[in-house]
Order: sequence, then structure tokens, then C-alpha cells
Amino acid sequence: MALSQSEVLAGLAEIVNDETGISADAVALEKSFVDDLDIDSISMMTIVVNAEDKFGVKIPDEEVKNLITVGDAVNFIVGAQD
Amino acid sequence: MSRKIVVTGIGATTPLGGDAQSTWRALLAGESGISTLEQPWIEKYEVPVTFAGQAKVAANQILTPQEAKRLDPSSQFALIAAREAWADAGKPDVAPERLAVEFATGIGGVWTLLDAFETLQERGPRRVLPMTVPMLMPNGPAAAVGMDIAARGGVRTAVSACASSTEAVANALDRLLSGAVDVVVAGGCEAAIHPLPISAFAAMHALSKKNDTPASASRPYDVNRDGFVMGEGGAALVLETEEHALARGAKIYAELAGGAVTSDAHHITAPDPEGTGAARAVIAALKQAEASIQDVVHINAHATSTPVGDIAEYVALKRVFGDHLQNIVVSATKSSTGHLLGGAGAVEAIFTILALKERVAPPTLNLDDQDPEIVLDVATSPRKLPDGPILAISNSFGFGGHNAVVVFRSYEG
Repeated sequence: MALSQSEVLAGLAEIVNDETGISADAVALEKSFVDDLDIDSISMMTIVVNAEDKFGVKIPDEEVKNLITVGDAVNFIVGAQD
Repeated sequence: MSRKIVVTGIGATTPLGGDAQSTWRALLAGESGISTLEQPWIEKYEVPVTFAGQAKVAANQILTPQEAKRLDPSSQFALIAAREAWADAGKPDVAPERLAVEFATGIGGVWTLLDAFETLQERGPRRVLPMTVPMLMPNGPAAAVGMDIAARGGVRTAVSACASSTEAVANALDRLLSGAVDVVVAGGCEAAIHPLPISAFAAMHALSKKNDTPASASRPYDVNRDGFVMGEGGAALVLETEEHALARGAKIYAELAGGAVTSDAHHITAPDPEGTGAARAVIAALKQAEASIQDVVHINAHATSTPVGDIAEYVALKRVFGDHLQNIVVSATKSSTGHLLGGAGAVEAIFTILALKERVAPPTLNLDDQDPEIVLDVATSPRKLPDGPILAISNSFGFGGHNAVVVFRSYEG
């Protein structure tokens, strides 16, 4: 059963917190991974791989550059679920 | 004008303690950091050696989860030790371009490398973490330390097996004497208590197999020694020009008076039985210190507790010191700490510095029956060192035929 946008956001926030120590509350839809959350490309790739595991989706490398904000990632994951 | 280089900060995390002072106190108290390993992989792989010197305080008790996640255990030890040393030195106010790091390891990020290979085999290349390369590279510990203290005067890694961190200290001395920088954080680390390195060292019969008596397994100079005992941890020294240290009112532990590196070109693992390479390193380091052999009152020996290594070092020392050797108090502190490989030299440099400062040579454990071929005055309990200006040396030798020696002089403020 597919997860809702808020469920994916909560799960993604947990992954971001685990990787970077950024408070899960700070991981909001409108936040930019690079400009607001100061997440570097290495952490971003780790987050992507962990998100693939957690949500059972595939996030192609060429898609990652389009995931500017947390909302972009959440929406991609929601849409990629079966 | 000759420039003096001094030690203004020390830090360590070892099998004896989570910091330099608790390590030193435990050493003087005659404690052993060696114990039986409880990890499931001991049984899983039927590892032939089941004991080692594990860090007394786990790195994850000190670092944040996010710091630990991005650092191989070897770099974690490096960072902990370097932060302690840096704080101990009073966090020197130095231009980043005048601050350098010389941080060694013998093996590098072996846990990271092998964990990543396991991930690759079990879950495929996509699951290999992108931090794998910076975590496994041998310069990872030096880079982590350099970033933490914003060192922009060069960050380097000497890799010469068990001589690595003594070489790092010698390299730091060169950089400071050349005038290139004012302050160097130098040290070494190792985190190789992993089934593969243990199996590999055991395969070459380098490790003690006294599985039933771990605390007395590391027994340098004893007739019943049968190999070294693996240890883990890290140690760091803040070294700076005397001028820089005095200008900022720093406390000074000792003078780093000399350092030298030579090589045997004899055999990939066996020491040169004549000890000529090791002897040349001692002589060169003493020469740099403008010292004579009679000035030396204490030696922190490499003494890993291997049958051939302990004798080869004795032969080298005899070659250098002759009859004066009997007046020198020798400590073989790997009997307490185990052998921290690339971290050993830095740990022992700290022991040597504190021995000079507190005028006490630390004890050597488990020397029940001294090898009659090794005629040394070994301290088996803390031994008072003389007053006045005194000199001590610390030796480290590594597979590959590496010899590294550093000389410290007591500092009278």
C-alpha cells in the first residue's frame, strides 16, 4: 500500500536526520537540500540510496539532480510507489 | 641560530584509557589493556587469536553519530586524540597557513574497505556508500584532523607500517625546523582489530597465541614471548617552535630534539639481525639533537614481544650505546597497551615525554624470565629517572625495513 506525502516526508526526515544530524522537524517540503539544509553531494547520494531501501523505489542518478527541495524528493517517491 | 621544537599538547585514546592522562596513570599502575575478544566474528571465522587491546573508551561514546558515520574507526581515534591534544595545548592561535598535520596509520581504513566489499557482494554496487573512498584512504585520519583544526599548512600521512607515527613525528620536526610552519599536530592511529588483519598477522606467526592468558601474552624480552598483541587507538602531539610556544605562554612538556628515519633494504618483514639500519636511525636522531650517547637515560623500546624483533632491537642498541646501555632504563610499554601498529609510535612518544616530565620510567609487564641474550636494564616497576637535563629516545620499526627514532629532552622552563 502506497504511503501518503506526509508519511514519506516523515520517513525521509528520519533518513536525513540519521545521515546528517539535522533535526527531523527542519526537513520541511519547501527546504532546499543544498541551500537550506547544507547537505553535500555525498550525503545526498547516501540519503537517496537509503530512501530507495526504505520506500522500495528506484531513484535514477539522472533524477537526483532534479530533486532540489525536500518536496521534490517526497513527490518523486510518492509517484514512484506502485 | 638553532631553533627549538617543543611539545605543548598531548592526547590519546588507547586500550588503557580514553585520554592521555588516564592512559599514563594506568600504565604506571601496571594495568594491562589486553583482554579476550567477545565479537561474534571470533567464533564465526574461527580466528586463531582471540584477544587484543581494544580501546578502553569506544569512539562512539565520544563522537556524535554523524561524525562517526563519516569516519573509519581509525579516523575516529585520530580525531579524538587530536582534539584532546589541541585542547591540552590551549587551542593555539596560529594562522591556518602556518599550521600543519602529520598523522599516520599503518593500515588505513580496513574496516571500511572490508565492510564495503561485503555490501558489494551482498547488495550490489548501488549500495556501496559514496563515503567509502574518503573513509578508507590512509590519509583519511590526517584529513579529518586537518579539517577539524583548519590546518592549511599541509596535511600528510606517513605510512611505514609500525614505524608510521614515529616517522610522522620526525617529519613534523623537519617541517618545523625548516620554518615552513609554526605548529604541527602529529600522531598516529590504528583500528585493525578485525578478523582479516588478525588472521593475516597470525598466518605469518607474528601474533602471540596465548589465548588463555591475554593479559600476560605481551611479554617483551621474556624467554616465553611468542609474538605481539594487536592494539587499537590513536595518539597526538601538538608540536611547535619554542618561540611560538613562549610567545603565547604555553605550557611545555618537553623538547622534541631529534628525529630520524632509515631503512634496512634487507627483508620485507624480518629485521636486519645486525641492527645496522636501526642503529643508524638512533645515531642520526641523537646527532640532530646535538646529544651524546651518555645523555640518554631512558629508552621506550619498540619491543613488540616477537622472538626475533626484541633481539634485533637489542643488538642495534648495543651497537649504538655499547657499555653505556647498562645505565639506561628501558621500558617496553607494549606489554600493557598491545601494539597499536601505526599508532604505536605516537602513544610511546607521549609515554617518553611524560617519563621525562615526571622523571619516571613506566613499568614493563610480564617480564618473569628475561631472555639471557637481551642484556638490558628493564624497568618492571616505575623507576625514578635522574634530575637535571635528561634525554630519552623512542624507537619504532616496521615491516618493510622501516626504522624511525625520535629524541626528547627534558625542558627546563
